[in-house]
Amino acid sequence: MKSKKLGRPYKDGEVVIKQGDPGDCLYVIQEGKVEVIDESGETEIKLAELGETEFFGEMGLFEKDVRSCTIKAMGDAKIMTIDKRNFYKTIQKDPSLAYRLLEKMSNRLRETNKKLRDR
Amino acid sequence: MKDESTGTLELKDGSNIAVIGGGPAGSFFTYFALDFAERYGLDIDIDIIEAKDFNCTGPPGCNRCGGIVSESLIQSLSAEGIVLPSNVISRGIESYTLHLEQGTTVIETPLHEQRIASMFRGSGPLGSEDTEQLSFDNYLLELCKERGAKTISGRVIEAERETDGISIKTKEGLEKKYDLVIGAIGLNARTLKLFENICPSFKPPKTTKTHICEFYLGEERVDEYFGDSMHVFLLNLPNIKFGALIPKGPYVTLVLLGSNINKEIVSAFLNAKPVKECFPEDLDLKSAMPCQCYPSINMDGAKSAYGDRVILIGDSASSKLYKNGIGAAYITAKAAAKTAIFEGISESDLKRHYQPVCHDLDRDNLVGKLIFITTTVIQKSAILKKGLLSMVINEQSKANHKRLMSSILWDTFTGSATYTDILRRTLNPLFSINLIGHTLKTLLTRTNNKKNEKQKVRTTI
Ligand SMILES: Cc1cc2nc3c(=O)[nH]c(=O)nc-3n(C[C@H](O)[C@H](O)[C@H](O)COP(=O)(O)OP(=O)(O)OC[C@H]3O[C@@H](n4cnc5c(N)ncnc54)[C@H](O)[C@@H]3O)c2cc1C
Repeated sequence: MKSKKLGRPYKDGEVVIKQGDPGDCLYVIQEGKVEVIDESGETEIKLAELGETEFFGEMGLFEKDVRSCTIKAMGDAKIMTIDKRNFYKTIQKDPSLAYRLLEKMSNRLRETNKKLRDR
Repeated sequence: MKDESTGTLELKDGSNIAVIGGGPAGSFFTYFALDFAERYGLDIDIDIIEAKDFNCTGPPGCNRCGGIVSESLIQSLSAEGIVLPSNVISRGIESYTLHLEQGTTVIETPLHEQRIASMFRGSGPLGSEDTEQLSFDNYLLELCKERGAKTISGRVIEAERETDGISIKTKEGLEKKYDLVIGAIGLNARTLKLFENICPSFKPPKTTKTHICEFYLGEERVDEYFGDSMHVFLLNLPNIKFGALIPKGPYVTLVLLGSNINKEIVSAFLNAKPVKECFPEDLDLKSAMPCQCYPSINMDGAKSAYGDRVILIGDSASSKLYKNGIGAAYITAKAAAKTAIFEGISESDLKRHYQPVCHDLDRDNLVGKLIFITTTVIQKSAILKKGLLSMVINEQSKANHKRLMSSILWDTFTGSATYTDILRRTLNPLFSINLIGHTLKTLLTRTNNKKNEKQKVRTTI
C-alpha cells in the first residue's frame, strides 16, 4: 500500500542535507530512517541513525553556520521541513514549543560527552 | 486546591481534572497538561469524559468537520514529536485548485512537499467499510491514554460549583468532584448551558450554520478527478463565502461555509457549472452521498471563557474564523494547560494568562471578517476574478517569480497564517499594482475581443 505519510519522499541513499551547505530549516522524520555522517576527514564516519519523529538540522535554526554533517536516507523515507521563520514566529508566542528541541539537544550533548569519555 | 496561607488557587500533587469533551481541544489540553506537569514535577490525574465513540462510522463517531489539518498545525505537532500515522491520514494535500466561473488554476505547495493532511474525525462516513482508516480524534485520545489519562465514555448532564471543587454528573451514573473542570465541548448548546451555570460571566460563542457532505467515488476515480488537490470555489452564489471539495480515500468531502447555509443554497452550489465539471459525468451525486449534515461554526468568540476552577477551550471559547479550527483548538488548549500547571486556576490567573490568547484569536478574526468582505466583493465581480486568475496563472508559470497572490490565497485557504499577516501582505504596493495591472489587461483584451467581434460582424454583413 502507498504510504500516506506527509513530507517529501527520499530514496535510499539520497542526500537530505550536505555537510558545508548553508541551511535554515529544521527537519522532522515522518517515516523511515536517516544516517548522520561526518565527512570532514578522509573517510566518512557514521555518527548516528535517526528514526521516526526525530529531528535534525536544528543548528541551522540557531546559528548562521553551515551544516555540520551530511544526512542520508536509509531506505525509503519521508521527511518534513519546518521553516526557520515559522518556527521563530511560533516560539515567540509559545516558547514551550522549544521544550522538546532543548531536551533532545541536551540528550545529544550528553551522548557526545559520554563518547568522548569512553574514548 | 486553595492554599489558605496565600489565598491562591492552584493544582497540587494529587489534584484531579475533568476534561469534558474528547475532541481535539480536550485531547490537546490533556496531552500538554500531563507533559507540563511531568516536567514541573507535579502529579495530577485527568479524566476525559466523551459522549461519542470515534470508532463508529457516520454521526455517532463524527465531530463534523472538513477534516483538513493545516500546514502550521502539522509543523507544530511535528516539532512536538507528534507525527500523524499513515492510517489516520486519508490523503496528503499538495496543491489547491481554484475554481471560478472564469476558469481554473492550480496553486502548488510552496516547497513541493506534503504538509497538509485530510482525515476523518470518526471512522469514516456512514456505511464505510474501510477498516484501515482510523479516526483522528481517536488517535489523539490514544496519545492521552499513553500519557496516563483515563477516558470515560459518558455524557455530562450536570455540573455544580461547591466550595472546594466542581461536581460532575453523567447520564450513565458517574458522580465525582474535581479540582478543575475543562469545557472542551465544542458548540454543543446544552452542555454550554451547564457552563453558564458554573461560570456566571461566560457567554457562549455566536454561530452560524454550514454544510458538510461526503460523496463516494471509489479510490481510483478520486485519484483521477481530484488527485492530491483540495478544490476551492469562489463562485458568485448568495450566502456562500467558501466552498471546497476535499479528497479523502474513496470519498470526497464537500464543505460549504458562509451564513445560514440551507438545502437550496447547497443545491445551487452543486448545480453550478464549475462544481459539476469536477465530478464524473455519469455520477449521480444524490445516490453517491452516504452522509450529510448542517453543523454550526463559530462566528464570534465566547466572552469570559473561564472562572475559578473552570476553563473553556477550543470551539467553546475562541476559534479561527472559517479555517483551521483544530489549529485554534491546539492554541487555546495549550495556553489553558500552561496556565493551569504553571500559573494557577483562579479566575484572576486565567484572566491574566489565558484570556489574552483568546483575545488574540478574536482580534485576528476581526481582520478575517474584513478579508472575507473583500473576498465577497471579488466573488461578485467577473472582472476582478479574471484579474486574480490571470495574476495567479502568471505567478505559477514562472519559477522563482514572487508569488504574491498565490501565497496570499494559499494561506487564506489553508488557514496556516494569521489573518493579520495576510492583510499585511495585501498592503504591499507591488500586490495592488500587479492585481490592477492584470485586471486592466483582461479588461483591455475583452474590449479588443469585442471590437474584433463587431468588426467581424460588419465584414460578414
Ligand atoms: C463545516 C465545518 C468544516 C470545518 N472544517 C475544518 C477543517 O477542515 N479543519 C479544521 O482545522 N477545522 C475545521 N472545522 C472546525 C473544527 O471542526 C473545530 O474547530 C474543532 O472540531 C474544534 O474542536 P473542539 O475539540 O473544540 O470541539 P469538538 O470537535 O466539537 O469536540 C467536542 C467534543 O465534546 C463532546 N461533548 C459535548 N458535550 C458533551 C457532554 N455533555 N458530555 C461529554 N462529551 C461531550 C462531543 O461529543 C465532542 O466530541 C470545521 C468546522 C465546520 C463546522
